[in-house]
Amino acid sequence: MSDVFLQFTQQLINGLTLGSIYALIAIGYTMVYGIIGMINFAHGEIYMIGAYISVIVIAALGLIGITTLPLVLMITLLATILVTSAYGWTVERIAYRPLRGGNRLVPLISAIGMSIFLQNYIQLSQGARDVATQPLISGGWQFGDADGFQIYLSYMQVIIAVVTVIFMTLLTLFIHKTRMGRASRAVSEDRKMANLLGINTDQVISMTFVIGAALAAVAGLLVGMYYGVVNAYIGFLAGLKAFTAAVLGGIGSIPGAMLGGLLLGITESFTSAYLSTEYKDVVAFGLLVLVLLVRPTGLLGKPDIEKV
Amino acid sequence: MSGSEFILRLDGVHSHYGMIEALKGASLEVNRGEIVSLIGANGAGKSTLLMTTCGDPQASKGAIHYEGRDITSEPSHMIMRSGISVVPEGRRIFSALTVVENLQMGAFFADREQIEHDLAHIYTLFPRLKERQSQQGGTLSGGEQQMLAIGRALMARPKLLLLDEPSLGLAPLVIAQIFEIIQAIRDEGVTIFLVEQNAHRALQISDRGYVLENGEIVLQGKGSELLTNDEVKRAYLGG
Repeated sequence: MSDVFLQFTQQLINGLTLGSIYALIAIGYTMVYGIIGMINFAHGEIYMIGAYISVIVIAALGLIGITTLPLVLMITLLATILVTSAYGWTVERIAYRPLRGGNRLVPLISAIGMSIFLQNYIQLSQGARDVATQPLISGGWQFGDADGFQIYLSYMQVIIAVVTVIFMTLLTLFIHKTRMGRASRAVSEDRKMANLLGINTDQVISMTFVIGAALAAVAGLLVGMYYGVVNAYIGFLAGLKAFTAAVLGGIGSIPGAMLGGLLLGITESFTSAYLSTEYKDVVAFGLLVLVLLVRPTGLLGKPDIEKV
Repeated sequence: MSGSEFILRLDGVHSHYGMIEALKGASLEVNRGEIVSLIGANGAGKSTLLMTTCGDPQASKGAIHYEGRDITSEPSHMIMRSGISVVPEGRRIFSALTVVENLQMGAFFADREQIEHDLAHIYTLFPRLKERQSQQGGTLSGGEQQMLAIGRALMARPKLLLLDEPSLGLAPLVIAQIFEIIQAIRDEGVTIFLVEQNAHRALQISDRGYVLENGEIVLQGKGSELLTNDEVKRAYLGG
């Protein structure tokens, strides 16, 4: 096989890995926007907290002598999701719910404040330096000629892809096949009417924040394991990118967030490889501008039409 | 208040629609098993009165009793779980949900068995909805959407059904059908409170009626009396 093709495949693998992470975080943005029309700027920090919690849990498990890999992964996944979701739930309760019903800008400012608060809170409690973790899972497969370009597919990349597909499938089933999923779609479309059907819409909104935080937690865990380094600032850029992915795919649309995340990841990876790493953000955000010029609602977003 | 005849009573209810005080001390009663209609001009406060009964917005003054219980300051979603259903202005069906999902939303707290049973019942009332059950709500015609909104409200097995302008924007044939169905629903034992601009139609099927003007009840009586009342005729019946 030619080097050109192998290099292309390698970048595709890298792009899909990165894109999976973006997609997982982007869902939190898109679901919250879908249900209360607000951009939760603290969502990137929730992801960062997820990464920290996973690192702490893995270290703690090591200290008490639990080292069986599948067991460590399961406990870490559950604990990370649980604690991070609690953060997501709490942020909504204290920073957004009391402000609901007022001007749309007010919760937005509150979200920015929450984001800064969480960043500093983690920095104070965990230290400002990078926290490095020893890789739990290392190694991978190599393909290609020994003297030419070799594709490297790490086990971690496969895990990221598999875990992302599992959680996306679970989310899609939940939204389309369950009673609470139906309620969340109904509340997204018409909160007032859902309320008139006896539904406690505050509860449905809380649930949305919890789901978004849980998926961000999964992303944080995967990133922590993939890169092996976390700090209190990783939420900012990742959050911005995931938000871009959500807008690119059509904010409010869950399949849109998945597609937007993957597209953004692939774009960055290809730009880094074929152009220059310095240009990856330029091209990524340029893509966003381009898509919005042609399709203001994003790739899979639906225009808001009030039907009378 | 046991043994009381009324299922719903409003006493001097004030309510705001945005900054405007849309209800200025309205009082009325709806008795069990009745069809009661509320007529009035555009902007008289009819929809506000209906929505205030649902707790959205809440009354700023006065009292609302339902089944002998004071519901004036109960949160909307709790009121709507206690046997009151509403078909609101503009129908507000969920356009991205399928017809059957819309109906299921009406019975959010019911078990699967009850939902299956009631779905079958709704489909006999509205055969069109059965044909379209897996279509998205937004693809239905206006008349079908109205049927869906009524069906969704009935899925909660209401004791009291509130309807806001069910005839608005519909063809005469469909209007006749809707009014027939309202009577059929009453015959099943559901009390009906109807807000209508189509005063003639509404009063014809009503046991009693109220006339609302500028947020106050100015006239009340039996449906047949109001139909022949000179003031009502002049103001609302075009004669």
